[in-house]
Amino acid sequence: MDLELQKRIKELADKNKQEKPIMIIGSADAEGAGIVAETVSIGDPSYAGPLTGVQLGLLVYHIIEPEVKKEINPQLYKEKVEIMEMVLDVESIIKEMREIREKGSG
Amino acid sequence: MLLGKKVIALGERDGIPGEVIAECAKSAGAEIIFASTECFV
Repeated sequence: MDLELQKRIKELADKNKQEKPIMIIGSADAEGAGIVAETVSIGDPSYAGPLTGVQLGLLVYHIIEPEVKKEINPQLYKEKVEIMEMVLDVESIIKEMREIREKGSG
Repeated sequence: MLLGKKVIALGERDGIPGEVIAECAKSAGAEIIFASTECFV
């Protein structure tokens, strides 16, 4: 995950400590989704960026996860997300995201 | 889950863009505090 982006996310999380933001991501694959989710919940797994050793504990969901999808305007989801959902490995992404949430958020 | 919550929308160029995530989260009643589309390669 980009170092500048890590810095920006850290600032946002620090600024909103009272009410932790939820992160919603749109990664194209489970591995990429997992790296982003791990970085902002447990800390940077590459040990290179500002989030190394920093447990922000953000709750991260992928937009195609049922918990998020069910709350989005169905027409909008159909128009803008469904076409991508069809080509993504939904099962792997959901599995990866759940594992990271179990490990990291708090 | 999203109603009234602050949301960071982080899209990916080869996946779902940040602006789309933001628009979708807004439709669920979330407040978008940051939206971006990255290329994680």
